[in-house]
Amino acid sequence: MSRLATTFTELEKTGRKALIPFITAGDPHPEFTVPMMHAMVEAGVNVIELGVPFSDPMADGPVIQRASERALAHKMSLRKTLAVAAEFRKTNQTTPVVIMGYLNPIEAMGYEAFANAAQAADIDGVLTVDLPPEEAAECTALLKARGIDPIFLLAPNSTDERIEKMNTLGSGYLYYVSLKGVTGAGHLNTADVEQKLHQIKARTNLPVGIGFGVKDADMAKAVAALGDGVVVGSALISKVEANLDNPERAKQEICELLSAMRLAMDSVGA
Amino acid sequence: MTEKYNMPDARGHFGPYGGLFVAETLIPPIQELNAAYQQYMSDPEFIAELDADLQHYVGRPSPLYYAERWSRELGGAQIYLKREDLNHTGSHKINNTVGQALLAKRMGKTRIIAETGAGQHGVATATVAARLGLECVVYMGAVDVARQSLNVYRMKLLGATVVAVESGSKTLKDALNEALRDWVTNVDNTFYIIGTVAGPHPYPAMVRDFQAIIGREAKQQCLAQTGRLPDALVACVGGGSNAIGLFYPFINDESVKLIGVEAAGDGVETGRHSAPLCAGKPGVLHGNRTYLMSDEDGEVIETHSISAGLDYPGVGPEHAWLKDTGRAQYVNITDTEALEGFHALTRMEGIIPALESAHAMAYTMKLAPTMRKDEIIIINLSGRGDKDMQTMAKREGIEL
Repeated sequence: MSRLATTFTELEKTGRKALIPFITAGDPHPEFTVPMMHAMVEAGVNVIELGVPFSDPMADGPVIQRASERALAHKMSLRKTLAVAAEFRKTNQTTPVVIMGYLNPIEAMGYEAFANAAQAADIDGVLTVDLPPEEAAECTALLKARGIDPIFLLAPNSTDERIEKMNTLGSGYLYYVSLKGVTGAGHLNTADVEQKLHQIKARTNLPVGIGFGVKDADMAKAVAALGDGVVVGSALISKVEANLDNPERAKQEICELLSAMRLAMDSVGA
Repeated sequence: MTEKYNMPDARGHFGPYGGLFVAETLIPPIQELNAAYQQYMSDPEFIAELDADLQHYVGRPSPLYYAERWSRELGGAQIYLKREDLNHTGSHKINNTVGQALLAKRMGKTRIIAETGAGQHGVATATVAARLGLECVVYMGAVDVARQSLNVYRMKLLGATVVAVESGSKTLKDALNEALRDWVTNVDNTFYIIGTVAGPHPYPAMVRDFQAIIGREAKQQCLAQTGRLPDALVACVGGGSNAIGLFYPFINDESVKLIGVEAAGDGVETGRHSAPLCAGKPGVLHGNRTYLMSDEDGEVIETHSISAGLDYPGVGPEHAWLKDTGRAQYVNITDTEALEGFHALTRMEGIIPALESAHAMAYTMKLAPTMRKDEIIIINLSGRGDKDMQTMAKREGIEL
């Protein structure tokens, strides 16, 4: 069983939901990332999505775009992101790490070389924003053969047919993009999300993480009640951006927000 | 090539190139667009409306002009210019925007967005949006806004909102990123008019089909004027829409050489250029796999060209396929050479070309003298140079 499957199974046993932070590797500095990951685990997160910076992040809003630019200014890359994950894994054997990014860095490395490198770094899942099922067969097969979960996106306008397609091709969890837009945009509408989750849950047994637009503990609590996990990205990266001169304070503020989300989410049933 | 050319396949692939590499939220609107495109391209009523617009609004057919004096001067092949510069709005871009806007109308979309580099596609889009009474937002890199301010003003006069994109390299690729972000946010009411033969399927095929009128006319006109097919076609290639528009109807005519001219900027060897087919490698950007300028980590490299319309790190996937199969040949021309082409056409024929088209002129100056006098070259004069007066004047130290 993959670390992702184990994590979601364990959470389900205790009636809790996964808290899934997204940070961009190398932002604001490559040395910041591994300590940040450990601190987030301390704050109660269950899965870490590690963003690979890309020059043209088409699906991302301004906050994550700027995070990419800051990381690239330090020559962060897919290779170095995998090295960060491997470093984290030396002292944490249980928290799943998902690499999230765009296809071109993987194309440049070569699919097989990437799959091997991801396996060597003990990566648990790979989410490639611009690789829909239509084009994903080759890459997905290479990842699955190495025990790595390919994570797919679902959107508010995804049809039944597509949900079934993602269910077949994906593993680990499905990532529901809760609004039409880029990362960090607007506020999600919980009634809309609830309705869509009914449609999705009727067609898959995979856990569903919900993201895009989760900004605070109240929102995290509301969203946690609808799915199996809550993804939070831009709200965390905003704290990095607000404290560029003081990464320690950024880390502290991020962990405070995550702890508050954890607390709120765990009080769902209460 | 013994079999009839029939690309792309049903999933939008030109061999390993093309395809559909976008985030999930864009899949449904792209499927909707593809269905509409398939339906209307075989709908006689739609085609009749498109043809009427091309004739009465755009001003087609555009002339095929025999550049007699320039041909004599160069001393080789006879040179003909396909005069896309004479179209309404001053370039070939309007052929495609008229077509896509009619599709948008049929699909009930009320809002049009576009990206633009030199501003020619932005102007052509703002023009058709004004005519159809549709809201129009054009994304343009901040660098391009500065160097093509005349076109920015034209778009604003036409009622479009021009958004200066400050991210990344602030040029055409970043404008495309921002347009995609807009589309993903406003998928329900918005039609994205992509200006070149790139983007996710069906855009490369659809834009080609709307631009192919250039080559269909050129073939007829060449046969009528000279009694034979041309020996070579020359066109500049940024994304590659004017080139594919000219080339496509000739792909099965094996005797006709197809030559695409990329922008070498300061020279391909300097790294400061926009020539992915000559100096890039396959990668994925903006929804398709194609030749791309990216570094060993897969990060897209900043490009350079004196012409904003060629300043793009990718190229249409069909060009990638035509290169690999050897059906077309791709060469490159530096900024300095392009300026020579610009001046030559201006002084020899009294026609001021766009800086993009000037790359095709400059290559023809090398090619024509190597060919026989009974051979024929058709160059796509894809746009006129009015928009480039400021760039030219600045380059030559003149204050306007």
